[in-house]
Amino acid sequence: MYQESKIVIHGFNFYYDSLRALKNIELHIRPNEIFAIFGPARSGKTTLLKSLNRLTDLIFGARHTGTILLDGKDIYDRKLGLTQLRRRVGIVFDLPTPLPMSIFENVAYGPKLGGKNKKCLNEIVERALLSAALWDEVKDRLHTSALRLSGGQQQRLCIARVVALEPEVLLLDEPCSGLDPISTASIEETLVQLKKDYTIILVPHNIQQASRVADRAGFFLNGDLVEEGPVYQIFAKPRDKRTEDYVTGRFG
Amino acid sequence: MILILFQILAEGLPILRLSFFLDRAKSMGREGGILTTIIGTMAITIVAIIVATPLGVGTAIFLREYTREGRTSRVIRFGTDCLAGVPSIIFGLFGFVFFVIYLNMGWSILSGGLTLAAMILPTIICTTEEAIKTIPYSYREVSYSLGGTKWQTVIRAILPSALPGIFTGVILSVGRSIGETAAIILTAGSSLVMPTSLFSPIRTMAVHFYILAREGISMEMAYGTGAALILLVLFVNLIANWLLNRYIRHLS
Repeated sequence: MYQESKIVIHGFNFYYDSLRALKNIELHIRPNEIFAIFGPARSGKTTLLKSLNRLTDLIFGARHTGTILLDGKDIYDRKLGLTQLRRRVGIVFDLPTPLPMSIFENVAYGPKLGGKNKKCLNEIVERALLSAALWDEVKDRLHTSALRLSGGQQQRLCIARVVALEPEVLLLDEPCSGLDPISTASIEETLVQLKKDYTIILVPHNIQQASRVADRAGFFLNGDLVEEGPVYQIFAKPRDKRTEDYVTGRFG
Repeated sequence: MILILFQILAEGLPILRLSFFLDRAKSMGREGGILTTIIGTMAITIVAIIVATPLGVGTAIFLREYTREGRTSRVIRFGTDCLAGVPSIIFGLFGFVFFVIYLNMGWSILSGGLTLAAMILPTIICTTEEAIKTIPYSYREVSYSLGGTKWQTVIRAILPSALPGIFTGVILSVGRSIGETAAIILTAGSSLVMPTSLFSPIRTMAVHFYILAREGISMEMAYGTGAALILLVLFVNLIANWLLNRYIRHLS
């Protein structure tokens, strides 16, 4: 089990000061799957994502217990470099967050920090934009500001920016919130394409989206992982009453 | 406001011709031009800006990015606030005692420049802090999530976005430096000789204006100097504005 899992979360608790945001999470993520984390607001989804690449380190007064293993190695191990970890585990946030620079510079930001030289940057940027299905729309204006792109384009730019790092795991926190159905569809298509090369953990925009793109899913409620399983099972015949109530729309 | 400008320009503009800017002052400034005072003004302002900008921007970054609100940051901020309220003559006295006498720099461009630097430091710290405050938290999160270290994040994500704000602070400071008299008489002297090094004493345009008018040497020349001073400030602001607009257009 440990060998075939990309990520193993074991007995993981997370606290914001005294608030316990995640309670004793046990979860295994397999390589090259799309795992959907869903549940109502404030159930700990974003906290879990941000724990996976240690963006939670930035939060003052936050602490955790338990372990998270990436390829069998503890990500909170001091010997494992923090920047190295964040390069292997990329994240896309719920709102598009282009930096105030050109499209090219945005995508090249991560590789540049990693010390990639100018020559291969062109290639990296093109490949990243291609895999985020944005290349055709922006190839003629790579050096115009990224802030001029539409919302959907900006979000795909953010995906390209992460892909440019060639990470192993992609974390996506409601990447389609605030986007129209057409942009959403093109991002979902992109995700299914990306599955070949990456392990993807997705906080879906809604349950329909989870069932469209995900292989397996986990239902979170108030910091508990209530139930996990293949999507067809978890949405069609959930084992837990709370999951059933949620997916059938009785609360949430 | 307009009346003051009108009065000085009406009296001063007729004096202004090319030779007024290019000749040295003769017989205490009764005749000739103001070349040495223009050079003195520029030299002392440049020294002040070169010293105060890195120091002020560095302090602001330290306060905003490297410390949390606590005793240290409160003490530093209280100190700068106090510094901002100190009258310039007190800075002059400090510069006279510390730079001119104790450090044995004499009345010189360097003493004057360092004194002015201390005087404009609070302005630069304050405007830079305000500029950094307006940068969205997401920029930092994005930079860290793409594998940036703290230093890389500050240099590549925060400073470029804060630059217009920093620039505004620097321009305000240039204005203050150009117009300063009291602190400069005490630290840079009022010599009309052409400066040859950083250790030469100088007279700035504002000081020249003050001496011409106060000692009743020549009201005509005083107005001429005043008009030239106004034009210089206007010129500096126009150039600064132009640069700023170009940069902002590049950003968005």
